[in-house]
Amino acid sequence: MRKFKENLPGYIFLLLALSSISALALITGFIVVRGAPIITDVGLKEFVFGMSWAPSLGEYGIFPMIIGTVSVALGAGLIGVPIGICCSIFLSEFAPPVITTIFRPAIQLLAGIPSVVYGFWGLIFIVPFIRDYLGGPGLSILAASIILAIMILPTVISISEVSLLALPKQYKEGALALGLTHWQTIRFVMLPAAKSGIVAAVILGIGRAIGETMAVIMIVGNAVAMPESILDPVRTLTTNIGIEMGYATGVHQEALFATGIVLFIVIMILNATAQYITRKKSKK
Amino acid sequence: MSENIKIEIKNFSFFYHKKQVIYDLNLKIRKNEITSIFGPANGGVTTLLRSLNRLCELTHDIRTEGDILIDGESIFNPDLSVTDLRRKVGMVFEIPAPLPISIYDNVAYGPKLSKKKSRSQIADVVEQALKQAALWDEVKERLKAPAISLSGGQQQRLCIARVLALQPEVIMLDRACSGLDPISTAKIEESLINLKEEFTIIIAPHNVQQAIRISDWAAFMLMGHLIEAGTNTEVFSSPKDQRTNDYVTGRFG
Repeated sequence: MRKFKENLPGYIFLLLALSSISALALITGFIVVRGAPIITDVGLKEFVFGMSWAPSLGEYGIFPMIIGTVSVALGAGLIGVPIGICCSIFLSEFAPPVITTIFRPAIQLLAGIPSVVYGFWGLIFIVPFIRDYLGGPGLSILAASIILAIMILPTVISISEVSLLALPKQYKEGALALGLTHWQTIRFVMLPAAKSGIVAAVILGIGRAIGETMAVIMIVGNAVAMPESILDPVRTLTTNIGIEMGYATGVHQEALFATGIVLFIVIMILNATAQYITRKKSKK
Repeated sequence: MSENIKIEIKNFSFFYHKKQVIYDLNLKIRKNEITSIFGPANGGVTTLLRSLNRLCELTHDIRTEGDILIDGESIFNPDLSVTDLRRKVGMVFEIPAPLPISIYDNVAYGPKLSKKKSRSQIADVVEQALKQAALWDEVKERLKAPAISLSGGQQQRLCIARVLALQPEVIMLDRACSGLDPISTAKIEESLINLKEEFTIIIAPHNVQQAIRISDWAAFMLMGHLIEAGTNTEVFSSPKDQRTNDYVTGRFG
C-alpha cells in the first residue's frame, strides 16, 4: 500500500500522458476506418491520380488538389524560406541587442495571429492587389503563397536562429581568427554547420503551410481544376475538407476522410524527415 | 635591439562594460622567440591575446586605451583591415574546434578564401602546414577523412596547421595544450620550438612548467597587471617580485 502511494503521482501522470497518445490513436484510427473503404472502392491510383472531383457523379479524383497543395506550399516556401533564413542570420549575427529584444517577441507574435485574420487580411488586401495589377481573379496560388509565407516565418526564423546560436562559439572565433570576414564566416562556416537545423526549419515550415486551412480557404479560390499559372485559383487538400464537410454524407464524407489520410501521410513524412535530420545532427 | 621587437604593447588598458580587466600594460614581444604570458585565471591573459588580433571586438561594450604596435604600426589604425591583421596574427584556442569537414579542407579553407591560389599551390601549402604542425605523417593517408575522427591532440595540431597555412607572422596559443595528454603536448611544444625560426610565438601556457620548458621570454600577469617580464632565467630562476616568486614556485595559483 505504501508502495502504491509512493508511485501514485507516476500513475496519474501516466494516465494523463496516455490520454494524449490515445487521442492520436483514436483520430488516426477513425480517419483510416472511415476513409480507407473509398480508396479501395475507387482504387488507390484512381483516387490519387484521378483528375475529376465530382461527388454528385461519384467521381473522386484528388490529383488537382494535390497539385494545388504542392504549388501553394512550394510558393510559400519560395517566398518565406529565404526571408526567414535571412532574418534568422540577421538576428543571430548582425542585430545589436536592442533590435533583437524587439524583433524576437515581434516574430513570435506573428505566430499568435489567428489564421482567419491572416485570411481576411489577404482577402481584403492581397487578392484585390493581384487582381488589379497582375490579372486573373485575384483568388489564386500566388495570394495563398504570400499569406502562407508570412504564416510560416515564425517557424522558419525561430528554428534556424536556434540552430545558428547553438553552434559552438569556437567555430565562429576560429574562422574569424583565420582572417575570414564576418560574411565568409557565416557563409562558409556557420551556415554549413547549422545546415541540418535549417533544413529541419524549412521542412517544418512547409509542413505548416500544407496543413493550414482557414486562411487558405478564404483566398485560394477553391476551384477544382488544374492550374495553368500562379494567378489561377486552386483547391488544396485541406480546403477540400473544410469546404465540403458541412454537407457531405455517405460516400462523399468517406472521400473527405480519405483526403485526410493523404494529407496525414504527407505531413507525417515531412515531420519524420525533419526529425531524422535533426537527430542525425545531434548524434554527431 | 629594436629591430627584434615584433609587437609593442604601450600603456594598454582594457574594459569590459565598465570593469577594467587590463591595467596600463607595457610589454615588448620579440621576433623569433617564444614569449609566455602566464598567470592565474581571470588575470587578463586571454583578453590580452584576443586584443592582439582584435578578436575581443566580438564582445559588445568593450573599450581599450593605449596602443598596440606590430612592426611599428598600430593595430587600431582605422585604415588597417581586421581580416589582414588576423591573417598576420594567427590564434589557436584552448578547445580545438576543427570544422565538421575533412582534414584537408580544414587546413585548405583559409588559404582558399584569402588568396588567389591554384589547386596545386593550395595542396602544397596544406602539406607544408601539416608538416610544420607535426601532423603530416599521421594523416597523410586519410586527408579526406572527417576532422572529427582525429584524437584531441591531433585536432589541436590540425588547428595549428590551419593557422600556419595562412602563413602568418605571429602565432598565439591560448592554453592550447590544457586538454591534451603529455605526449601530444610534447609534440606540440617540439613543433613550436621548430616554428620559432620563422614566426613570433606567443603562448599562454596552461601551467608554469610549460612556460619554463619552452619560453625564451616570459611575462607574469596578475589581476590585469603585468607584474614582471624578462628572460626565462630572470623570471623563473630569480624573479624580482615576490608575487612572481610565489606563483612560479607554486605557493599560490
